[in-house]
Amino acid sequence: MPDVHLSEIQMALCIVFLLLAPLAGAGLAVINAGLGRSRNAAHSMMAALCVVSVAACIYFVCGRAFQGYAGGPAHVVSIGNKPWNWIGAEPWFFGGLTKDSTSVPSLLLFAWFGVVAAGLAGIIPLGSGADRWRLAAVCASTAVLAGLTFPLFVHWTWGGGFLAQLGVNYGLGRGYLDAGGAGPIHAVGGLTALVITWIVGPRRGKYTSDGMPMAIPGHNAVLVLFGCMVTFAGWLGLNAAGAMLFAGIDAGRVPLMAVNTLLSASGAALATAAITRVRFGKPDASLTANGWVGGLVASSAACAFVTPAEVLIVGLAAGGLATFSVEILDLRLEVDDPGGSISAHAVCGLWGILAVGLFGRFEAGGSGQLLAQTLGIATLVGFVLPFTYALNWLLHRFLGQRVAGEGEHQGMDLYELGAGAYPEFMTHTDEFMR
Amino acid sequence: MRIAGFLLLPAGWILALAAIVLLAAPGPRAVFLLAGLGVEILGLVMVARSHVTSKEDGA
Repeated sequence: MPDVHLSEIQMALCIVFLLLAPLAGAGLAVINAGLGRSRNAAHSMMAALCVVSVAACIYFVCGRAFQGYAGGPAHVVSIGNKPWNWIGAEPWFFGGLTKDSTSVPSLLLFAWFGVVAAGLAGIIPLGSGADRWRLAAVCASTAVLAGLTFPLFVHWTWGGGFLAQLGVNYGLGRGYLDAGGAGPIHAVGGLTALVITWIVGPRRGKYTSDGMPMAIPGHNAVLVLFGCMVTFAGWLGLNAAGAMLFAGIDAGRVPLMAVNTLLSASGAALATAAITRVRFGKPDASLTANGWVGGLVASSAACAFVTPAEVLIVGLAAGGLATFSVEILDLRLEVDDPGGSISAHAVCGLWGILAVGLFGRFEAGGSGQLLAQTLGIATLVGFVLPFTYALNWLLHRFLGQRVAGEGEHQGMDLYELGAGAYPEFMTHTDEFMR
Repeated sequence: MRIAGFLLLPAGWILALAAIVLLAAPGPRAVFLLAGLGVEILGLVMVARSHVTSKEDGA
């Protein structure tokens, strides 16, 4: 039986929130499409649909088995007389859920959340690989993410793994805490996005021979900003369902979490708009969208454990981090990330995890929480990143992740799908001909 | 530089894990954990710079 037991009210609310949660992925897909070129818009949305499908199937096959749940069967090693829970040992193909599932309905909710979250994590790298990441490679990379890296880190944080047990085993607060998935969903997805940009390289024409970046603006700012609004509804569901399922948060705290989620996103968006207004003379729409998403991501970890005033600070800082990390990645490190996924999800996700340790308020056992959160960050950067790189590097060697030069020239829509997103509006003929 | 950077990343993680397992006092634990994180950041910088260099070389 799972460690977290849900009341009937909590279960009913979780179902409602989980119905909202896919909007987070839909919003991100729309943002990614808008921030890419018009000749790749259909490909971007098609890739998002494929990602969700592949993630659901692979998570069903083995992802949920590796993820497990707190109190469930798992592989455990003993280090220094302490149990270290490494990976779930549930049956594959949702075994155990389909039989007599009425006795453990909360397990079905865990699995439902996992399917949605795996798809969302898989959509994140699409923004960074936009305009040059092959559809087949997208599917293969998503299979690796949903089948291995995502469930592994989810097990460590939400499945009773060693990070979750840091409080019990080593007296570090309440162990690693992450109510809505800033680490398991967003940081894992954002670090995968970083790996993809490294492996596929920048878009053709993005950098001059001396390393100067050229601006390649997104093709539809309206799509991008509409996507931001859609993501908010999804995030409410994601944060609330995650907090109740994995942190045992009472249903009465859900309104506070909703307010916190909105405040964090608002603070981040305003901070980004203000920074870009001061630096460039006018507020930048695409960076403000990145700031908004970064604020939502940062709220995911902390929304259940901090006050509204504190989460506003978290959001303001997330907005600043998103803005400056986009600039550093683009100008200094030659990381071509059209969707800003690395800044919004990896950087702000790591910041959100840290914010729980800095600002988190707990009734008891909060001492050492900052160390537990820091170890979570160290695990993401020190294990998840190189592990993801190794797996995607192997895929690149055998499959080839980047589209051929002809495909990039022609546009991914025509090259891979055979039709453009806007066939009757050839307003960007120069883009097709270039 | 890229391989060295990728070796530093898990090395820093193991250092951070070792700090939690082997040390009981909060002060030394925090110092060694931060040291592990520092090693990881060094590795991350090396990996990131190695990717910039490869582009300049036209690889």
